[in-house]
Amino acid sequence: MDSPGDKWVGQSLPRFEDAALLTGRGRYFDDCGTPPGTLHAAILRSPHGHARIESIETSAARALPGVAAILTGEDIRATTTSLVVGVKAPMECWPIAVERVRYVGEPVVVVVATDRYVAEDALDLIEVRYTPLPAVTDPVTALAPDAPVLHEGLGGNLASERRFRYGDPEAAFATAAHRIAIDVAYPRSACTPIECYGVLAEYDPGEDSYDVFANFQGPFSIHAVIARALRVPGNRLRLRTPPDSGGSFGVKQGVFPYIVLMAAAARACGRPVKWVEDRLEHLAASSVATNRVTRLEAAVTAEGLITALDWDQLEDCGAQLRAPEPATLYRMHGNMTGAYAIRNVAIRNRVVLTNKAPTGLNRGFGGPQVYFALERLVQRIAITLGLNPLDVIRRNLVPTSAMPYRTASGALLDSGDYATAMETALRDGNHAALLAKRDAARAEGRHYGIGYTAVVEPSVSNMGYITAVLTPAERKRAGPKNGAQATATIQCDAVGSVSVHVASVPQGQGHRTVLAQVVADELGLRPQDIRVVTEIDTAKDAWSIASGNYASRFAPAVAGVARIAAQQLRARLARLAAPLLNVPPEDVVLANGKLHAQGNADNALPFARVASSPHWAPGTLPPEDSAPLRETAWWTPPELTAPTEADEVNSSLCHGFIFDFCGVEVDRITGETRIDHYVTMHDCGTVLHPGMVAGQVTGGFAHALGAALYEAHSYAPDGSFETGTFADYLVPTSMEVPAPIILHHESPSPFTPLGAKGVGEGNCMSTPVCIANAVADALGLHDVTLPLLPATLAAHLHGAKPNAPAATPKGERLLRGEGQARVNAPREELWALLLDPDALMAIVPGAHGIQRTSPTDYTAEVTLGIGPVKGRYRVALALSNLDEPHALTLAGSAQGALGFGQGRGHVTLTEADGATIIAYRYEAAVGGKVASIAGRLLDGATRVVISQFFAALARQAAPQAPWWQRLLHRLGFGA
Amino acid sequence: MKPAKFDYVQAETLDEALATLRAEGEGARIIAGGQSLLPMLNMRLARPAVLVDIMRIATLAEATATNETLRIGAAVRQAALQARPNLHPLLAAALPWVGHAQTRSRGTLCGSVAHADPSAEIPLVLLALQGEILLRSARRTRRVAAAEFFTGMMQTARHEDEMIEAISIPQPRVGEGYAFREVGRRHGDFAIVACAAVAHAGGVRLAIGGVADHPAARDLPADSAHWPEALDAFAHALEARDDLHATATYRRQLVRKLGRQVMQEAAACRA
Repeated sequence: MDSPGDKWVGQSLPRFEDAALLTGRGRYFDDCGTPPGTLHAAILRSPHGHARIESIETSAARALPGVAAILTGEDIRATTTSLVVGVKAPMECWPIAVERVRYVGEPVVVVVATDRYVAEDALDLIEVRYTPLPAVTDPVTALAPDAPVLHEGLGGNLASERRFRYGDPEAAFATAAHRIAIDVAYPRSACTPIECYGVLAEYDPGEDSYDVFANFQGPFSIHAVIARALRVPGNRLRLRTPPDSGGSFGVKQGVFPYIVLMAAAARACGRPVKWVEDRLEHLAASSVATNRVTRLEAAVTAEGLITALDWDQLEDCGAQLRAPEPATLYRMHGNMTGAYAIRNVAIRNRVVLTNKAPTGLNRGFGGPQVYFALERLVQRIAITLGLNPLDVIRRNLVPTSAMPYRTASGALLDSGDYATAMETALRDGNHAALLAKRDAARAEGRHYGIGYTAVVEPSVSNMGYITAVLTPAERKRAGPKNGAQATATIQCDAVGSVSVHVASVPQGQGHRTVLAQVVADELGLRPQDIRVVTEIDTAKDAWSIASGNYASRFAPAVAGVARIAAQQLRARLARLAAPLLNVPPEDVVLANGKLHAQGNADNALPFARVASSPHWAPGTLPPEDSAPLRETAWWTPPELTAPTEADEVNSSLCHGFIFDFCGVEVDRITGETRIDHYVTMHDCGTVLHPGMVAGQVTGGFAHALGAALYEAHSYAPDGSFETGTFADYLVPTSMEVPAPIILHHESPSPFTPLGAKGVGEGNCMSTPVCIANAVADALGLHDVTLPLLPATLAAHLHGAKPNAPAATPKGERLLRGEGQARVNAPREELWALLLDPDALMAIVPGAHGIQRTSPTDYTAEVTLGIGPVKGRYRVALALSNLDEPHALTLAGSAQGALGFGQGRGHVTLTEADGATIIAYRYEAAVGGKVASIAGRLLDGATRVVISQFFAALARQAAPQAPWWQRLLHRLGFGA
Repeated sequence: MKPAKFDYVQAETLDEALATLRAEGEGARIIAGGQSLLPMLNMRLARPAVLVDIMRIATLAEATATNETLRIGAAVRQAALQARPNLHPLLAAALPWVGHAQTRSRGTLCGSVAHADPSAEIPLVLLALQGEILLRSARRTRRVAAAEFFTGMMQTARHEDEMIEAISIPQPRVGEGYAFREVGRRHGDFAIVACAAVAHAGGVRLAIGGVADHPAARDLPADSAHWPEALDAFAHALEARDDLHATATYRRQLVRKLGRQVMQEAAACRA
């Protein structure tokens, strides 16, 4: 330290982890090696959104050399128990399909083999016969009485419904000058870490115990879920995590069903089993944020003061309710009034299941969905009442004098000066210049808009908030849940060097740097003297259900408890040094690697000597201080109480404040949205490391920009998944992400040891709606749907073109086309060809193994290809509507590893000067892998395959055979 | 995401590559930069029995210019050509839109032409400039005009035993002007609409990628008064489709509006 009184905390030190991470020496899951004899798993996944599994034929795959085991849902069910579901509802939740598949990408078969290549070869040899069932992908449709039901036990698709009432919303609405409402649908997106899931599982039959190494991120409440599923007590499930993580953003919580799956596979094989998720698997079936349909209505005074809110939230959790869902819906429960002082609130929360991948933790967790409705509504209130949106925000903000402020639904806003932060942002972010810029742009006929958002960013989740999904009576029976245990252990070894361990896995928060800063400040050391260990081992380490890295708890909770542990250690060191320095312990100062007497730096002992003394000379020490220095601290904030009888929930400990505003321009030709100016003001309490806070804000902003402009998990109405690669699931790159202007206003939290609050998720909550508000302002839009597709905005700009053919009707995903071919053969000959099975199969490109199942029905194995893309399919063809020799209908279906499809074609034969014109019109539906990863090319590919068929028909009818073949034919030989 | 088994032949000479193609037929596939083929292998969309790597064949790595044409060999990487001085202005304008710097450092021009993705920029430029594709098999060589080469989505006039030895692009001509514009969701994405225009004394040739199943070109009159009608007809003739990222209507609109801009730019560059 340069001068006394300086603190390491608050400085932007170079990060200790970066040298390794930037030189390829990070130790991620896949860098950590495997025990001898480890086998590798691959997973066969459902190509259907909803289907019954009729049969699974695995004999060819089992016969493949190198294949060790093949496990279906039945096999997994035999050794495990259904994953526990967070609501009281009669449904099971297996990590692999049992009897039915309910979303594209759902595991169906696990193959374990000597390496991943062999395992994937074996997947190709497995034949699963499905009977497709009607699928439902829209949450509103899923509630219709005639909607397909995913889990029969529920009797429908509604998994949970609760109503809440705070204050007197009815009275507020009855007396309101205005009732202003908004309907929004927030889409699905996910934060797509670079590193996908990885699991290495072993089973020890002697101990009946599992040892799992996985890049799981917590919360470790899931440890209990996994152990229960594996039918062992917690002490027989050792869960370890790697030292580095290639990103998580919440998503790595969702690895736990695969932990169960691989642990069961390891048990079945008697060998360690490793599985690394690939990107196709990740995009289709890892974990995504929920999509939500919300109607939000406000009671508003003439001045724009909001007196009540009425929320109706319909949460879509996909095909299963996986722990800790429906937590996304309840994480914000205390914050349903955002940054505003609104005393009357009504809430209806419903959770619905659809044929989409199950949801889970994701950066922003529940915040984006809430704030998109709330902040769009604030803009609408301003427009409706003819007010400046900034004035509507100002009039409703929680006043500084009210801090700490208890919200209507129970959150305790810990600290903040929202009004000052907002005015500072407007001043330092050049708001006045932005207004002038908008005026100038509009004067030129350009589409320029400004958006605003004010949000509260919760952090450090109350482990009890999810119990708000239960009724007070149900909660009473289950016993109260609350708190947010954090723990840190600091020890001094035989040479007095200091190690820190926390039960939190790193994901980019700079654990090694920040914890070293915090501990160095307490112990008078340099951060580089402190070693921080970030692996978790549930068999050896201190941990609790709240352990892990989520809910932005690192800075407020984990760094905070490290400080407490360091203070405990410091107190012990002072006691050890006091007799040697001849001063009372409270007069011992730790600074510059020494312990010295207050006011006399020359009366000093080296830190290492004191710190190591219990190792070398315990007999010289008082018995109560003779143990080596190892302090484990636990911290749980008393403010995080269980939900009350009245359903008030202090869902999070800390509440940061964000005020964002931005200027965007929408291109008048392309409809593309360009972020021209983005200002984000944060109050995250005490800033521990400004550089990393800027990194967190920038990263959250980039994710949010993705959600606003590019990213959406898209499903077709039949349940097909359409964004299976990064060519269709568009993540913004550095080319697309402008640098936001980041401002700070610090109001330390009175509830955390360091005054810090979480900061990593806030922009995921504030930015999507800020951009949406700006685009709405630019174009005068009433409704805005994310992501902001240029095609959609352009349609608004250009207006509908009357001469344009109608777009594909909603609810259908049919590929349509038509074509014709001229054939130099008489019509009757062509007709005969179409009805001759051998000839018909000869014109189906790549057909073999023809079988005629009735006079008009055929089956065959067919190899179809477009360019290099080739796949083998089981094809069925049927002829109908025979109108000899004029017309017929050809219907067919195909099923193969690359996907499945079915189609109908109407074929007419017309005579034309001795030749025949074959004309065809078709419609086809294609699903499965090819629809997930090459949707852009489906239409063209279908066209190619169908035109290949008719080209072959034409060739067959009028073959250009060699002269000798024609001669033989004329002589009566051959076909 | 692991490929199925395949054999790998690293051809040292063109004859060796052609002989392998002839012997293996449709089971063989040329690999050059691998930027399209490798993902297809890994996703098991493509399962060739044999990959024939041509990147060691020195003669294919050359780009040679005459006064009339630039001949680009099959092993010339996009990044290498992009770094070449005095590159054809239309090619120079389009190459930064081909994938990303990382993919261009591996990908080849001829590979992009062979792959024939409907959104690809290099086939579009080849068509706009009326370039040629030089095909070679063990038995013969032939030249195919770009307009005849691209026949459908990922469909070309190449026979199974042929490989692209080179493409040939006319050199810039005095009195011609060129312009290129592209709209995609993100920079480097598959084009939703890509436009390349060549203006000359007699009119403007406009080529459009990303809309039809293959790049398509039309020659429009010099008088811009006729453009709106001609562009509208062109836009409809391309049979645009809806997909996840854009509607058919949007694509047609971009053909009309961007097409016009690009033609104006090209005409302005004629000086």
